[in-house]
Parts: sequence; C-alpha cells; structure tokens
Amino acid sequence: MQFEFDEEQLSLQESVRRFLSERYDFETRRGCLAKPFGSSDAIWQAFAEQGFLSIGLPEAHGGIGGATELMLTMEEIGRALVLEPYLSTVALCAPLIADHGSEDQRAELLPRVAAGGLKLALAHGEAEARYASTVRTEARRAGDSFVLNGAKTTVPDGAVADLLLVSAKTDIGLAVFLVDPKASGVRLVRYRTQDGRSAADVFFKDVKLPASTALGQLHDPRDATDALERAVQRGIAALCAEAVGAMEATNSTTIEYTKSRKQFGQPIGRFQVLQHRMADMFVQATQARSMSILATGRCAASGGSKESDSALRRRDVSAAKCYVGKAARFVGQQAVQLHGGMGMADELAVSHYFKRLTMIDMTFGDSTHHLAAVSDAILHESRT
Amino acid sequence: MNLEYSAAEKSFREEIRTFIQQNLPGEVAAKVLEHKRLSREDIIGWHRILHRRGWSGPTWPKEFGGPGWTAVEQHIFDEECTAAGAPPVIAFGVRMVAPVIMKYGSAAQQQFYLPRILSGDHWWCQGYSEPGSGSDLASLKTTAVRRGDSYVVNGQKTWNTLGHFADWMFCLARTSSEGRSQEGISFLLIDMKSKGISVRPIALIDGEYEVNEVWLDDVEVPVAQRVGEENKGWTYAKYLLTHERVNIARLGESKRELRSLKAIAARVSNDGRPLIEDSRFRDAIAAVEIELRALEYTVLGVLSAEAAGRDPGAISSALKISGSEIQQTLSELKMRALGPRALPHVPEALDFGWQGDPAGAEWWAALSGRYFNMRKTSIYSGSNEIQRNIISHRLLGL
Repeated sequence: MQFEFDEEQLSLQESVRRFLSERYDFETRRGCLAKPFGSSDAIWQAFAEQGFLSIGLPEAHGGIGGATELMLTMEEIGRALVLEPYLSTVALCAPLIADHGSEDQRAELLPRVAAGGLKLALAHGEAEARYASTVRTEARRAGDSFVLNGAKTTVPDGAVADLLLVSAKTDIGLAVFLVDPKASGVRLVRYRTQDGRSAADVFFKDVKLPASTALGQLHDPRDATDALERAVQRGIAALCAEAVGAMEATNSTTIEYTKSRKQFGQPIGRFQVLQHRMADMFVQATQARSMSILATGRCAASGGSKESDSALRRRDVSAAKCYVGKAARFVGQQAVQLHGGMGMADELAVSHYFKRLTMIDMTFGDSTHHLAAVSDAILHESRT
Repeated sequence: MNLEYSAAEKSFREEIRTFIQQNLPGEVAAKVLEHKRLSREDIIGWHRILHRRGWSGPTWPKEFGGPGWTAVEQHIFDEECTAAGAPPVIAFGVRMVAPVIMKYGSAAQQQFYLPRILSGDHWWCQGYSEPGSGSDLASLKTTAVRRGDSYVVNGQKTWNTLGHFADWMFCLARTSSEGRSQEGISFLLIDMKSKGISVRPIALIDGEYEVNEVWLDDVEVPVAQRVGEENKGWTYAKYLLTHERVNIARLGESKRELRSLKAIAARVSNDGRPLIEDSRFRDAIAAVEIELRALEYTVLGVLSAEAAGRDPGAISSALKISGSEIQQTLSELKMRALGPRALPHVPEALDFGWQGDPAGAEWWAALSGRYFNMRKTSIYSGSNEIQRNIISHRLLGL
C-alpha cells in the first residue's frame, strides 16, 4: 500500500505545471478561445517537444511514464484549463491503439501522436444511448472491406481530430475503425462546447473502409467490447484527474478572492459562513483526489482478466466518477456563489473553471449515471 | 503508487483474522454486531484476551509494551477487529491518556500507569467538558488549588463517557487565572475512588446509559499525579487531540455498518420483494458506499504519507467531518430500512438473547435508538463546525 509519488513523477508534474503557467496563462488561453475550435497548433507542437504527448505510450514507441504520470499531467491540464485535445488523443485513443491495435497500427500511429502530427478523437457515444454503451452504428462486411453506416453524437474533440476511432457493430462483434474525417461519406457537424472546447456530431453514409482500418489484426478485427470499456474507463480516470486540478485551482482562486474582496469593512473571507463553505469545498476536492487516484490505480491494474477484477474496476471507476462529478458541481457552484457578481463575469477564471467542471460531470456518464452503476452492482452482489 | 496491500500486510491481516476467529467470544461479537448492550466484563474480557497476545495497545510502540505496528498495520488490525464484532478498544486509556503519559509523563507515572492500561486493570475516563465549557473548552472553571503536596479539586465535569466503569480519570483543571485562559490549565490524573467524587448518569436521547456528570467536591489529588508542568495542561490536551489522525474517521466501523445495512435491506420485505430491489432505496445505499470509498482512500493516503515521513497536517478535521456524516447516514438508512418497524421502543430487546414480543424485535429493536445516538458523532471530539474552523484557519489560511 503506497500512495506516494516518486521524485521523478513529482518533477514531471512540476515541469508540466511550470510550462503551462509560462506558456498557457489565462490570457494566452483567452487568445486560444478566440480561435475557431480553441486549439492552437503552436501549443500542440510545444507539447510534443516537451514530451507531453508521449506520456503513457508504450516504451517501444517512444512512450514515457505510465498511468500515474498521465494522471499527474491531467491534473495540470485541469489546473490550466487547457483547451487542446489532450485527453482524447493521449489518455483515450492512443492507449486504445496500444491496447487493441495491431503491431503495424501501433508502429504507424503512435510515433505520429508523440510527434504532434496526429490528433485523435473517440467516436463512440450515440444520441439514443445517452450514457449507455449501446452501439447501433454498423459496419457491414463487403468482400475485403467494410461499409460503415450510422451516427455518433457529441464526439469530444471531434472537430479538431485528424483521425477518428469509430466503434461499430460487425458480424464478429464490436469493432473500432480508424476513419479519416475527410473520407467520402463522412459528414461532420463541428461546434463549440460550453467549456470553450469543441466537439462534433459525425454521420456515416456508406463509408467504404478497407479491412486494414479495423483496429486489430488484418482482415479479422477482434471483438473490441472489452477494449472499448477499458478505454472509456481510462478516459474517466483522466477526466477525474483533470477535475481534481481544476477544483484545486478553483478553490485557490476563491480563497484569494475572499481575502481581497472587502464588504462591511472587512475581507469577506473573515465571515464564518463563507469559511465553512470553503472548508467543505476543500474536503470534497481532497476526497475527489483520493477517488481519482483510486480510478487510475484500478485502470492501471487492468492486466487482471478475472471477472472479479473487472467487476471491481467497473465499480470503483463508477464510484470515482460519481464522487468527482458531484464534487466538481459543488465546488464550481459554490466558487461562483462566493465570487458574487464577479462569479457571473467572463472576465475572471472562476466562470471558466465552473463551466469546465460542469461539462466534466456531463461527459462519460454524469454522477447520476454512475450512481446507478454502483447501485446495480450492489443488487448483483446481493443476489450472489 | 500502488493501491494493493503488500504480501507482508496481507499475511499480517490473515494472522489477526485467525486470532480473532479463535479467541473472540461469539456472544460478545453478536452483541456488538447487533448493537446490544455490552457489559463492562464483555469489554474488559476482550481487552485481557488481547493483552495476553500483546495486542491490547495496538497503537503503542514496543518500548512501552505495545506491538510497535506501523500505521497501516494498526489500520488493518482495527479493520479486522471491527469487522468481526470485537468490542472497541478502551480508547480513553489506550488511545488518549497513554500517549500523553508516554510523551509528557514522568518515569514513575509511565511505570505505574502504562502497564495497568495495557492489562485492563485501569479503566480510564475523560474529565474535559463542563456545563459552561463545550466547544470553548479553555474557558473551563474546575479549579485545582495547591495545598502542600496535593491539589484540592472542585468543579463539575460532564459528558463523561462510561465514567461509571472507570478507575481513573484524566482531568483538565484550572491552576491559574492569570493570562490567557489556555495558560492556566493543568492535566491531572485522578483516582475515581477518591473522596469527594460523585458520578451521576445523564439520561440520553436513546434511553441508554453511556455518559455522566462527575462532581468533584474538595477532591485531594497528589501533585505527583499531575502530568508535566503546572499550567501547561492545554498543550498536552491538544497533543492528545491531534495524536491520532485517522481513528476519528471510524472507517472500519462504517465498512461493517455498510455490510450490515445491505444485509438488512436484503432481509426486509418491501411488499413481498426484498427492499434492496427497490432502486430508490438502493441508490441511497450506493451513495453512502461511494462516500465511504472516498473516505477510505483518503485515510489510506494519509497512512501512506505518514509511513513516508510526511506530516499530512490538519487533514484529520476533514476525516472527522466525512467520517461522522457517513456514520450518521448509515445509521439513518438502517433505521429507515425498517419502515414502520422503526417506531416500537423495546428497551428489553437490547439485552442479548431476549426473544419476547413483538416478534423479531431482537434484531431490529436497536436500530432507531442507534440512529438517535449517532447524532453525537458530529458533536463530540470537536463539533463538525469546530473542525471547519480548523480547516479554514490552518489549511486555507483564512
């Protein structure tokens, strides 16, 4: 039992934090917000040069560090409110390629990710499924190829991705296809999201896909149900870590604000009713970090293939997302409340943190969805 | 980072579990698990069994006769004991006064008191709160006036837990009215058989007997029974409060109560179906399970930081707030699971082995009383409001 981070891990986190505070301060970010989809090629290239895009990739393909390093980096991404498709590319899709892709696919794609030349997005969720993992998009086999039809909804970072990882039903089960968003028959509706980032709805009409675009062995895509589940779980763990960084920053900025804002002749931070609110925000952020560590730890241990391992992982990842989602909502709402009118203004960072924290809860299952998942596990447990 | 217990820790857990299985009397465990009345002998009996094994002071270092366990091992021990339904460690001696005597007591005090705490010969209670001094403890008015080699102590203590079982009381008394109120307090060890002490029960919300008023009327206390220096008692009392960071979370107990809640929800019929199949009720169980998971991994993080030699600071205040709220929610859900059966008050059914009417009361009769009783957890040991003050002053710099 050991929750401590080693020197190397802490210095990596420190270097990410320093880089972002120097190169991605709030005003720089405001400049990025003004770009079409919030993403800046210069920043992305700088991430590549710093090695941030290699974190968690397999060592054979130039990767550095593992799940813990990725978690610590995601905390900094959250603290700096980074708009780049970091989570989609590095935390979600690259590990899915590493986990489920063929050797050729890994060798071709992962170095390009690390070099900053390939932004990825996972096109998995569908409108009718809401947060469920039901996939209706279908890839029918036609000779040596597949023909893809269907639609994916609110694909995070879909608006800026160079390549989409699309889940679809096939004759051998669920598969993941590498789809060029510019391919014939693919239509993207790109839009901004509430937190200043971007997403896309993606429609597929008779998109012809060579079998080599299926993640896995050539001509024989393996069923990707488990791999997709693990990928989403890693994405959830990364979102939790991002939320932790954002909550810590939100709490700091709120404490500073209440120390400087004066009413009734004194800093409002002297009022006990506000102090106790901030104490509660601190407690929830602290425990959210414990849950984030738990989620990352469970996903990292996903080598265990026993049913009991995957049930425990599922339950703890849902518990973490539920707790973090609720905490994110509470911290965000109260931070705005404690900033008073200024909390409603675009000018201060707090409104931007609040929007990102809210959308983190709404991504990959909100706290209600994951509460139900834990609740179902309890029912299952009572019957066995 | 590694969330798994080490092989050594796992085998330690196995050793503890086996010992408990072989030595914990079944009737005592059943009383604890069903929240039945425990006698002094039930609690002392288990303490003596642990003492024979060398485990009655699980938090103690080897030099004072403890097992010298790491924080993680102490946590495992607590988890296993609690899960099995062992009576709680007699905290006022083992966990509270003992660390103060170890750190600030004289050699003679250490030699006299510590072995008797370990053996169970001395049951300790606490003389802190007074009718006019609760959260503002330093305003206490009980006086200790020096007369020769003794102090003469006068005053009234309250919320004294299980003082009717106790042999000794550690007590804060005012030895000076100069300066700040914190500066005139001394830490005295008082024999409960001393002339002038009277212990009177306080009727509690659940009808049970747990706490007392203790009146001190010209009680003579030898100066040799003062710990450390005169007027420095507040420092020692604060040390006592911060000594144990994680026990306050009551993690093991809440894990046990969560299992018990699920068992009750599976047992209670809800119009012919097990209550646990009702998603509205089950979601409430899931919500508290998630809160408990967050508390558990926060506690484990604190243990890990301590093991690495880092001081996790005033985090125990956060653990107290979350831990007490979880205890209250669990007791509330256990009561609510009963539905209309939450209403009957059948005090006789709290005695082990009782099997009268109404039928079945032997397993459900304690749950509403326990709900009422658990409201104490956010009030005692520094109310949750005091804990929020501590967090905002010490951790947030407000």
